[in-house]
Amino acid sequence: MKHLLRGAIVPALLLVLWELASRRGTILNTLSRPSDILLALLSSLRDGSILIATVQTFEAALLGVALAAVVGILVGTILGLSPTVEGVTGPTIEALRPIPAVAFLPLALMMFGFGVGLEASIVAYACIWPIMIVTITAVRNIEPRLLDVADVMEMSFAEKLRKIILPAAFARINVGLRVAAGIALVVAVTTEIVLNPRGLGYSLILAQQSLNVALMYAQLVWLCIIGVLLNAALRALGGGSTAAWRPA
Amino acid sequence: MMRPHVITRLGAVGFALGLIIVWQLLAEARLISPIFFPAPSRALGVLAGRVADGSIFAPLAATVLRMIFGWLLACLAGIALGAAIASSRIARDLLEPTLEFVRPLPASSVIPVAILFLGLSNAMSLAVIAFGAIWPVLLASIHGFAAVPRELRDVADVLGFNRSKYLKSIALPAAAPDIMAGVRVSLAIALILTVVTEMQASLAGLGWDIFYAQRVYRSADLYAGLIVLGIVGFVANHVLQRLERQALPWRHLSP
Repeated sequence: MKHLLRGAIVPALLLVLWELASRRGTILNTLSRPSDILLALLSSLRDGSILIATVQTFEAALLGVALAAVVGILVGTILGLSPTVEGVTGPTIEALRPIPAVAFLPLALMMFGFGVGLEASIVAYACIWPIMIVTITAVRNIEPRLLDVADVMEMSFAEKLRKIILPAAFARINVGLRVAAGIALVVAVTTEIVLNPRGLGYSLILAQQSLNVALMYAQLVWLCIIGVLLNAALRALGGGSTAAWRPA
Repeated sequence: MMRPHVITRLGAVGFALGLIIVWQLLAEARLISPIFFPAPSRALGVLAGRVADGSIFAPLAATVLRMIFGWLLACLAGIALGAAIASSRIARDLLEPTLEFVRPLPASSVIPVAILFLGLSNAMSLAVIAFGAIWPVLLASIHGFAAVPRELRDVADVLGFNRSKYLKSIALPAAAPDIMAGVRVSLAIALILTVVTEMQASLAGLGWDIFYAQRVYRSADLYAGLIVLGIVGFVANHVLQRLERQALPWRHLSP
């Protein structure tokens, strides 16, 4: 309780000072006012515009993560099972990985045009790497005897993947997926800010360009709230679902 | 880490070359669109031309400097703030909830605010880069400073170190391995935000070059820019890795 109180001091003090200063006109109107920001947030919640934008952003982020998960887990499994394949493809992957995902925005724009495809492809590119790398280590750390069992039982690759590899590696892969989900939201919003005319990032930049400062800050606050909720959800998810798989 | 076998290494070179050759052949045969996938020879030709006439160096320098300055700002602020939060209970209680609330904010979403305050300027770009890149350093240094072993702190007490001496001689070296890990993640983020701010604010640099190449549909130029950006990211990471190994030799001795 004492922690919470102390933690509230700084933001509360800042907000009160900000409100007072802007009411007396001592600071620039680029700062708006906390009360106006709250009103803007409430009204955009009431007319649903911010919710629609949120759904658009999450739609693209989710699609991107799903794509990245399929590709990343599949490629990661193959590379994890065969050190030779990893040795051969590794340097190429290492050369692609440091290119920032946003640098592909212009290219993706030419290929997909504006819309979900553009955004999801950029999100997928950014998210493939953590998922793939985690999958490689996860698969490599599978108890070798389990894989021997699969060979003895003459399982097909699909069967082996479904019955042995994924259950054994799931706990670790899940960690990668959670990291990727965090990245996905950031990349989706960035894509919207830079060029894609949809979602939260776009309404944020639109509010700034039309000098609707209160709305701009309201959207930032909303993004903070979403981020905190997403982090909490991912943490809760991680605790629950990995525990079930983790060997005792 | 096992040392890759010679044959594997040759295979790796062969794989990369093979991909490029297949791409080249497909492009020459017009099986893939030259607008999206220009032949690698064209992209490399553009790159070679820009290196030869020197026109690549100005944007390259602008991007690298922007990335480094923003990243340095983030590192200094992150380490100082991290030391304060880790060594003072009050600072921790006061600041941590606010920081935890702001942290999940996508760094690029402060661009509109930064533009309002600082305009379409280098200062805006640096502020955004520093904001986005501070988190890994900050978290790493909070953890690093908080995890200074009890015995080391006792040593400092016994020797009668004052606060600044303790920070300099005990806490900073003890926290350095953690901080270095954060610093490397921060550099990668700094490069991303450099590109984003260049695109958003039309600031000269590789990010803007790529953006502009797309606007005028010069895809070979676009790929040339991507290649250079990839090299920048790769080199930056390796330089830091090497620095880390030299600055913290004890870290790589332990099993």
